[in-house]
Amino acid sequence: MADATAESASIAPVHSARGAAASERYAFIIMALALIVAPLAIYPFFLMQAICFALFACAFNLLIGYVGLLSFGHAMFLGVAGYVSAHTAKVWGVNPEIAILLAVLSSGALGLIVGALVIRKQGIYFAMITLALSQMVYFFCLQAPFTHGEDGIQSVPRGKLFGLIDLANQTNCYIFVLVVFLAAFLLIHRAINSPFGEILKAIRENEPRAISLGYKTEHYKLIAFVLSALLVGLAGGMKAIVAQNASLTDVHWTMSGEVVLMTLVGGLGTVFGPVVGAFVIIAMQTYLSSFGSWVTIIQGAIFVACVLAFRRGIVGELSRIIGKPL
Amino acid sequence: MFGVSTQALFGQLLLGLINGSFYALLSLGLAVIFGMLNIINFAHGALYMMGAFCAYFLLQWAGVGYWGALVLAPLIIGLVGVLIERTMLQWLTGLDHLYGLLLTFGLALIFQGLFQNYFGSSGLPYAIPPQLTGGQNLGFMFLPNYRAWVVVFSLAVCLVTWFVIERTKLGAYLRAATENPTLVRAMGVNVPRMITLTYGAGVALAALAGVLAAPINQVRPLMGADLIIVVFAVVVIGGMGSIMGSIVTGFALGLVEGLTKVFYPEASNTVIFVIMTIVLLIKPAGLFGRAA
Repeated sequence: MADATAESASIAPVHSARGAAASERYAFIIMALALIVAPLAIYPFFLMQAICFALFACAFNLLIGYVGLLSFGHAMFLGVAGYVSAHTAKVWGVNPEIAILLAVLSSGALGLIVGALVIRKQGIYFAMITLALSQMVYFFCLQAPFTHGEDGIQSVPRGKLFGLIDLANQTNCYIFVLVVFLAAFLLIHRAINSPFGEILKAIRENEPRAISLGYKTEHYKLIAFVLSALLVGLAGGMKAIVAQNASLTDVHWTMSGEVVLMTLVGGLGTVFGPVVGAFVIIAMQTYLSSFGSWVTIIQGAIFVACVLAFRRGIVGELSRIIGKPL
Repeated sequence: MFGVSTQALFGQLLLGLINGSFYALLSLGLAVIFGMLNIINFAHGALYMMGAFCAYFLLQWAGVGYWGALVLAPLIIGLVGVLIERTMLQWLTGLDHLYGLLLTFGLALIFQGLFQNYFGSSGLPYAIPPQLTGGQNLGFMFLPNYRAWVVVFSLAVCLVTWFVIERTKLGAYLRAATENPTLVRAMGVNVPRMITLTYGAGVALAALAGVLAAPINQVRPLMGADLIIVVFAVVVIGGMGSIMGSIVTGFALGLVEGLTKVFYPEASNTVIFVIMTIVLLIKPAGLFGRAA
């Protein structure tokens, strides 16, 4: 059918270059340096929030950018991980690294269940089902006793990392968040440039062909989904410790929409796009918060503008201008 | 029965049928739009809300009552739909279908944000038309006239839509264009105009549901926001391919939800999502869907 070529027109750009390009290496160094000096000029708490969201968006981008799966329910992983880490840190009194580890594991377990259910689905179905499942998780969080419903879990202690480093100290906390983020970022970068990542891209471009080459594509997709959930769990667990609370906002579908927006603004399927997008969106929310519901309207308008005229996103356009992958 | 009074049981079943009518009308609109445009209209909930607001405005500003609104609101909002399709959605032809989802999601945020900005989050009252106030005592329960009207009228609209699509010449064109737009164009049918009108019609169905809902649920900017997610689950359960499927599933799931409210109220919010999970495990293409 004539439609077939249009159907497979992929949502993310294709870079022919194999492995990590030099441009990406330089960009990573610039990003790391910028984040190291940033607290001198910008309020560290804002930076830590933005970094957590950047990790969230990177993990989301792993699916949409490299497997071509649009999850509209990623808030469930962020929210559940936040609740687990806040609950264990506050009620069980465990160290922050244990709380975050438990958050990562529970998010990964949820990812395995949800992934097993949806991984055979594609495109719009995948988006709708993940959205519906995350709404189910939302109602669970609304009603479960340990989440404290509308109140959320407040005044979570930041605690001492490994029982030694006091995270109540803003500098310590910032260094911790930055190190975790950079490590996770490198892990994602490694994953997408590994043979595993190449198979994911092959699935994105042409799944039937990948199957005919003997790849069990569903296994690869499921692994990518769980990996994404684990990393979102890391972001959510860390965010609950940093912000010292966990609330329903993080499980709500609006959050699922926000991470899509961040990635779209930054550039779907680019390595650095989600980071840039997360900073742009979080900055916009922070500085425009006095405008109330106008923030939602502006976000909607950015969605529309990006889809109609700016599909490559900020980093995607930049990468096109310099002619190198970013 | 199980310690539940028949009054409460039938009351909840009726409420379930009412919700089911909205699920059916909305999922029907989604199915019609999906068939032609291959996109999932995320703005459907927002357009449903705008239908209700349109009825409210017509009454406040133009003095047009319920019956006028029942005709005018779907037309006006349908026109908004036509505008959306002409100015935005048509440019997405040939791109990944996910962009349609993202675009309409953005539109939903804009619409809901705008209405929230001007009308707050609380509900505006809309009176039941005088002809439909009061109710019938059926012996085992009290049946408010307006609610009976909503169920009967929605069912009628659903069946007419089904008839038009499955049994008329126009419907045959539509189905043909869904299967192979290029070939149908070659036969001299103006497919782009058909696509535009189909989107408008799907949107009009959502607006109609909004007008019907206005006297029952108050007119609120976020009245469609959570509803649309449930309707997505309804669509997944019913399966995409079938018009009748979406009607039957809509009403049936409304009833199931009503029953859950009686017997296990804690699960009433999640029961449809649980059913969706089970259906995905047993019949991945949905109850009435063709294999995807």
